[in-house]
Amino acid sequence: MSYEIHPVASLLAAVARGISGVQVQWAGCEPDERQRIYFANHSSHLDFVVLWSALPSEIRARTRPIAAKDYWEATPLRRFLANNVFHAVFLDRGSTGKAKNGSEHHFAGRHLIEEMAEAIGTGNSLILFPEGTRGTGEKIGPFRSGLYHLAMHRPDVELVPAYLENLNRILPKGEFFPVPMLSLLTFGKPLRVEEGEDKDAFLERAREAVSSLRRIGNA
Amino acid sequence: MFEAIHDAKFVWLYGGVLVLLLISTLIGKILKSRHRSDASRTTIDNLNARIRAWWKMSAIFAAAVVSGRIGSLILFGIISFLAMREYMTLVPTRRGDHRTLFWSFFVIMPLQYYLVGIQWYVLFAIMIPVLACIFIPPSIALAGDTEHFLERASKIQFGIMVCVYSLSHAPALLLLKIPGFEGHDARLLLYLVIVDQMSDVLQYVWGKLIGKNKIAWRVSPNKTWEGFVGGVISATVLGTALWWATPFTPIQSAGMSLMICILGFNGGLVMSAIKRDIGIKDFGVVIEGHGGILDRIDSLCFAAPIFFHLVRYYFVP
Repeated sequence: MSYEIHPVASLLAAVARGISGVQVQWAGCEPDERQRIYFANHSSHLDFVVLWSALPSEIRARTRPIAAKDYWEATPLRRFLANNVFHAVFLDRGSTGKAKNGSEHHFAGRHLIEEMAEAIGTGNSLILFPEGTRGTGEKIGPFRSGLYHLAMHRPDVELVPAYLENLNRILPKGEFFPVPMLSLLTFGKPLRVEEGEDKDAFLERAREAVSSLRRIGNA
Repeated sequence: MFEAIHDAKFVWLYGGVLVLLLISTLIGKILKSRHRSDASRTTIDNLNARIRAWWKMSAIFAAAVVSGRIGSLILFGIISFLAMREYMTLVPTRRGDHRTLFWSFFVIMPLQYYLVGIQWYVLFAIMIPVLACIFIPPSIALAGDTEHFLERASKIQFGIMVCVYSLSHAPALLLLKIPGFEGHDARLLLYLVIVDQMSDVLQYVWGKLIGKNKIAWRVSPNKTWEGFVGGVISATVLGTALWWATPFTPIQSAGMSLMICILGFNGGLVMSAIKRDIGIKDFGVVIEGHGGILDRIDSLCFAAPIFFHLVRYYFVP
């Protein structure tokens, strides 16, 4: 199913591209209208918009972010952005997202993943940041299990790794104003869950796939 | 607005640039049809890409300068912005530099060009070397990260000095009041850019034709003594021949051109050293065939401030 691209979305995409001067490289696959889950490293508030804006507009119109419900429903502005502008698929992290002591978030709750898998129907693609939260950009954190469950539930959907380079320097966590450095977005080769591959092995491989797309050794 | 178009000598000068571009385009086409081997083809394709880019850059430059002082300021402001963007992207900075970088891009840089615009000479001259260079270290220190502190402060100071302060002296030529040369200042800017860029081009051409002995092979494998001497002499001859467009006598014009060429060479050398140190070939990929913006203007960044001060000292009472 294709959405009308909201004018605010186009505006934000143009601003994000301007600030990040992003160069896009399709290294492991070509842009395609088939259903995909794009998953990438996460270090900046700009990550989603930059990745989304890098897709050709026909694909963009049917590609939706996964958004944490507790965060994106907290204020009217966020609600507007998530619901009306970007047609986010909400993910209920359970409780208030405070389950921090390493315990598997309620996040992985199977039925929630099923809901998400169904939400994208037969036409939508997803953008997902499997680290679950923004990091410093130096290292990619461990992946949460949502990606694995989604992949198991929808083996027909292609999983495309992507690496967003330098966005942590453009708009790091905790800063409000961006610094307009140049960035690079690389799409890698799609992967799938191999037969008999367990969750942890797959998640580690997926993380490796993202990290291998990195170009510059970040200082 | 548009005074430059009514200035016959400016039109002649710019017409000369167009003729030169036309000739090089023809040479490029002839070379392309002659050479068949892969190695020479790569060089020739790169040459043709450079020539195409020169057409575009010349058109943008003419449009900006002809539209008047504001147009030139906006053009050089944008070039400064793009150059500093390339520089800061590739020079390692840390999280603690973020706010200082924000100030550099969005406050210091626009302010510098604003000062040129309102012709506040004293503040223009001290804003970055005095005020910004004193502001930057404490502003980084405030972020609380002491790792590589001195290096980080110096990298930002150097970047803003080269990309913003030095380059802003090119459009600042337009605010010099040279007796007997009023209203023709656009020619002086065009003269500086022609001599400086032709010096780069001619050093490249001489280097390709007869270059053998490397000047500093560790820094730049493409810089040879033959290229340097040939390029500097021929660009100086060209600059001397353009004396009629400037307030200089032919002898003065020769001196000025020689100075521009040698400083321009130094600019390229310093930027190459930085690139080798970081481990990259070019600062960016914005201009087809040329690398980045900073690769194109490194010579101008070194030549512009000294040219400005020489002209100001000797020709402005």
